[in-house]
Amino acid sequence: MVKPWLDVGAIIDGFRLEECLHQGGMATLWRVSSAGTTMPMLMKIPKLAEGEDPAAIVSFEMEQMILPRLSGIHVSKFVAAGDFEVQPYIVMERIPGNTLLRRLPELPLPYAEVVEIGLKIAEALDDLHRQDVIHLDVKPSNIMFRPTGEAVLVDFGLSHHDRMPDLMQEEFRVPFGTAPYISPEQLLGIRNDPRSDLFALGVLLYFFSTGVRPFGESETMGGMRRRLWRDPVPPRRLRPDYPGWLQEVVLRCLEAEPSWRYPTAAQLAFELSHPDQVKLTKRSERLERDPLRTVLRRRFNKDLTKSVIRPATAIQISSAPIVAAAVDLTEGSTELNDALRITAERILATLPSARLACLNVLKLGRIAIDYTLDEQGHNKRIDRLVALRHWAEPLKLETHRLTAHVLEAVDPANAILEFARANHIDHIVIGARKNSLLRNLLGSVSAKVAAEALCTVTVVRAARAGEAGQS
Amino acid sequence: MQNVFLGDYVGYGADPEWTVKTVMDLVEKGAMAVRGNHDNAVGNQREQLNVEAQVVMEWTRGELGSTERRFLEELPLVLKDSDRLYVHADASNPKSWRYVTSVEDAARSIIATSAHVTLCGHVHRQALYTMSATGKLTSFTPIAGSAIQLLPGRRWLAVLGSVGQPRDGNPAASYATLDTKRRELTYCRVPYDVEEAAARIRNKRLPTWLADRLLLGK
Repeated sequence: MVKPWLDVGAIIDGFRLEECLHQGGMATLWRVSSAGTTMPMLMKIPKLAEGEDPAAIVSFEMEQMILPRLSGIHVSKFVAAGDFEVQPYIVMERIPGNTLLRRLPELPLPYAEVVEIGLKIAEALDDLHRQDVIHLDVKPSNIMFRPTGEAVLVDFGLSHHDRMPDLMQEEFRVPFGTAPYISPEQLLGIRNDPRSDLFALGVLLYFFSTGVRPFGESETMGGMRRRLWRDPVPPRRLRPDYPGWLQEVVLRCLEAEPSWRYPTAAQLAFELSHPDQVKLTKRSERLERDPLRTVLRRRFNKDLTKSVIRPATAIQISSAPIVAAAVDLTEGSTELNDALRITAERILATLPSARLACLNVLKLGRIAIDYTLDEQGHNKRIDRLVALRHWAEPLKLETHRLTAHVLEAVDPANAILEFARANHIDHIVIGARKNSLLRNLLGSVSAKVAAEALCTVTVVRAARAGEAGQS
Repeated sequence: MQNVFLGDYVGYGADPEWTVKTVMDLVEKGAMAVRGNHDNAVGNQREQLNVEAQVVMEWTRGELGSTERRFLEELPLVLKDSDRLYVHADASNPKSWRYVTSVEDAARSIIATSAHVTLCGHVHRQALYTMSATGKLTSFTPIAGSAIQLLPGRRWLAVLGSVGQPRDGNPAASYATLDTKRRELTYCRVPYDVEEAAARIRNKRLPTWLADRLLLGK
């Protein structure tokens, strides 16, 4: 039987209750200790007494199933779980500090800080989605930060795991979530679209940068459903100095139609970390909400309120990779660059949601002082950006799918590897030069990238013309 | 490690004698086995089978010796082990060989027993059903290789699919492993030489559809 009450000093399966940290509607959180464990730990004990919400039980069960399967820096490490018949609980790593909820009195925050918070959460969501899990309750009180800066997602009680039974779905058949943050599709009963988390993150970004919730706080079904057809007030209307690019990103996250949002959290993170490369559409300029006529048309468009079958999370993510092409712009690379473009084209052809980041490394000397201008007074960086875009032009990619980056570094291979890691690149395409004096002296950049990258690497060589007869 | 066999050792394949002898050997070494409807039909002419299965059954009866036939006839319909129950079909009335293909079927089977986990076959597709403390049912199509924790607070019915004749479009053999200590169920698929199994069915002049469907997994 469940014990009627628990107090400081009580010991459950070797864990000593030290301090009650939080009494929530569905669970109580305790700081716990255990002999031989130095990691700070937290015990979550669900409220399962008679008359409590049955959702408390099911969401606790979901968390018990999902948390042990998760890994990485963006979640609390799972320690132990207790049996239902004796005393249900979950023990996990305790993240020091407060949740983002504590920041609410300070809103609106400076834009730069909102962008930084958004980027960290998007990176955490990317990691979670790659583990086949959709959080479905992204909101300030479920987000914490490690002392090292990474966002940590907490509370998987409403989450969906693609490889496990969805107990919430079958049990209740009504949407569960948090009113201001819940996505339109969740209101229609869809629980398997990772882009629902991007919508909630959009709400958070809007709220943190304007101090206003984009869809209010109404908790009635009717009030929540308005977001299916009613667009929020553009942030620029609330704050005239609102950056256009940020409005573009936030409003894109808040699109009612999931396929109009970013395809993946990684692509959202990419935009947030490259503001100068965000494609500014009409969204970025808006000062007014949609006219009533448009809203009414949406209101009575049955297609919008119809649910569509979603492919599995893993399939959605793998169909929208970020591909990086490392392009060598030195003279005599034409053949190789053509081959590189053909390879990139083949990769992108089948994946309409994929995007391409073109990279070039501006090599810095180890000792000499570098000048950003060449002998003729041209800015080398800008010249190379122009050249990168010129290289990519035949691919005819839409603007929002293409970015160009000039990295300045002493070691080109390290620069490419670092860029790929920081930007969650899924696939690097890089050319390998033929044997040359330079390559012999410097070592092969492509070999190092291929050996050390964390993602897939395709090494491209120029066509073998003229080599016939050699063996 | 404990092997458990959920029935239908004979009835569609071309090697009934080898199969039954293998199961007998493993049972002697401690494995558990229950009787399926095709096993039951070996000694029971009244057992209803589809037309193709009838043909195979007539041939099978002429392949098995008396020891093997007696082994099949004497197999239990249900076996209990701790809080687990092993049965070929629906556990509420094992003798009627009802299929569990919906949450309603699963509920009928689950409430008829006190088992925490029921493991069965009969339906040639893998499925997992669970009933919450409040009696709500959830169904799930398992993904091979992903462990699922069978939470103690609810009850579970696992349909493990079929080793010899999966019908979900994938010819790879279906089975599952259960880690009783961690309460983790992992559905598994393993490829085998289906061409050879199909060729042996054709060589015995058994209904060709039985050979074809192995390759198609249907």
